[in-house]
Amino acid sequence: MSSSGLEDLYREIILDHYRNPRNRGSMEVPPSQRVEAYNPLCGDEVVVYLLENNGVLEDVRIEGQGCSISQSSASLMSAAVKGKTVEETRKIISDFKKLMSIHESKLEDSTDDTQMDLDLDAMGELAALQGVVRFPVRIKCAILAWNALAQGLDEISDVSTDKTK
Amino acid sequence: MTDTDTDTDTATATTQLDIERIKQDFPLLSKGFHGESIVYLDSAASSQRPSCVIDAMSGYYNYSHANVHRGVYKLAEEADRLYENARITAGKFVGAPDPAREIVFTKNATEAINLIAYSWGMHRLNEGDVVVVTEIEHHANLVPWIMLHKERGVELRVIPMRDDYLLDLDNLEEMVDGAKLVACTLMSNVLGTIPPFKKIADAAHSAGAIVVADGAQLVPHAHVDVKELGCDFLAFSGHKMLGPTGVGVLWGKAELLDSMPPFMGGGGMILDVKFEGIVPAEIPTRFEAGTPPIAEAVGLTAAIEYLDNIGMNNICRHDAELTAYTIDSLKDTFGRDITIMGPDITEDRGGVISLALKDIHPHDLAQVLDESNVCIRAGHHCAKPLMRRLGTSATARASFYLYNDTSDADRLIEALSKAASIFG
Ligand SMILES: Cc1ncc(COP(=O)(O)O)c(C=O)c1O
Repeated sequence: MSSSGLEDLYREIILDHYRNPRNRGSMEVPPSQRVEAYNPLCGDEVVVYLLENNGVLEDVRIEGQGCSISQSSASLMSAAVKGKTVEETRKIISDFKKLMSIHESKLEDSTDDTQMDLDLDAMGELAALQGVVRFPVRIKCAILAWNALAQGLDEISDVSTDKTK
Repeated sequence: MTDTDTDTDTATATTQLDIERIKQDFPLLSKGFHGESIVYLDSAASSQRPSCVIDAMSGYYNYSHANVHRGVYKLAEEADRLYENARITAGKFVGAPDPAREIVFTKNATEAINLIAYSWGMHRLNEGDVVVVTEIEHHANLVPWIMLHKERGVELRVIPMRDDYLLDLDNLEEMVDGAKLVACTLMSNVLGTIPPFKKIADAAHSAGAIVVADGAQLVPHAHVDVKELGCDFLAFSGHKMLGPTGVGVLWGKAELLDSMPPFMGGGGMILDVKFEGIVPAEIPTRFEAGTPPIAEAVGLTAAIEYLDNIGMNNICRHDAELTAYTIDSLKDTFGRDITIMGPDITEDRGGVISLALKDIHPHDLAQVLDESNVCIRAGHHCAKPLMRRLGTSATARASFYLYNDTSDADRLIEALSKAASIFG
């Protein structure tokens, strides 16, 4: 029986982030932004708090509950984007979605890069989630926190364009 | 299971099933999935089917197929005969007094229940009328009634579940008082709970309500007789009882069916059509608009013959023994780390085991088990209100059928141990 798939999926890194989630907790709203993502089918739930200042995500906090994939992905995400600029964060989101083999049409129009072109080394610990792709039903779990993050960034942009008006 | 105690052929002692032999009838189980032996513990979602069912269907498609109800040639008559024979077989299987008129073929149990809700419910139920359901229902026996609440202003009353996973029937009389319809499962697809249906049906009838039995889980696993149950309608699905997908059965008392308007309109269900209006056909064809699932009905006939041959009481007893064995082993192996969400007493439950191991998420559990080729289901099992009552969003569920044995249970426990060590 193939245990390689299993080892891939539950690599140390994933289990570590599941057991000892990083950046756990909440922040006051405002000044922070709070976004919730929920998968009613399996009950996975992730709440993302973003504190943006001068285009930089100064702090990120995560709450929620669910399976090891959804929760470790949220933890890994928080570690990857904390301290990054909004622009850098968008790039990380887009790379992560490519890792999950989610090709958004606008991405595919503008560039022709695929998962092949991803620099896995540059993605650091996030690459640990790569194994999820082989279990299509779990991609939804992995992507949950990232959808919340993307939505949070959009809301931040909306707020800042409002301010400049 | 209590149903069998009153069964006439209990006198002829039940016999031990020869599982090794039975597995030979199921290519997936004897030959494996991509060559690897598989432990299939998801029959509550859908069973496997023996070769004889597939052979019956391919034999029909190869040599006997024509549309039913319309042809005057011999081939069409043959198809007609096979289809009507399926109706009789399905009817006899659940003790229908008048199978030729009382059995309606649908797509599945869900459609059968919707047929009742739309044909009977939409015309008979009005603002403030009461429909009683239970807290342990599958969405199939819940959503159609909730939709009637929206469409017709029907009031929904819910019989609650007790902490021991049995229904709380202390206030049964009050619950059904003034109700027009009571809908209850014969067996929970999450907990395995087998409610005392007869008691509920009797109370409902005394209150003047009609009674709907959701037989999707119990009909495949035990001797079910509509007369003994005392229901007015019974719904079940072919694919959970060794039959093909795409065919379900609604049994209804002839006089009730006869009083109901058509569910869907189209070919086959009319006597006459004018632009001004239609004259609906007699029952049961009144409820079978369009070309019915003919090959599926033929497959269902073969499935029922296979089940009858083994004997429903034997299957029922086998399920009960295997379930007791598994629950005992689970408790022995995992002690306090395992929670089994279902009744303790064998008589009150079927071969469905919902479990939680430590705090491992059901999806993680199912995934790790899959690595050992053990197929279980993780999720809400189409019973969200029950999940809420259980205080969870999902459970991991193993379910048995006549082709499972203690070696399958042992492999389940082995795989669970592996999961326990990974998530430690
Ligand atoms: C108790 C119960 N009722 C109804 C159904 C619906 O069956 P189907 O999906 O075949 O319509 C199921 C299927 O899971 C069930 O377990």
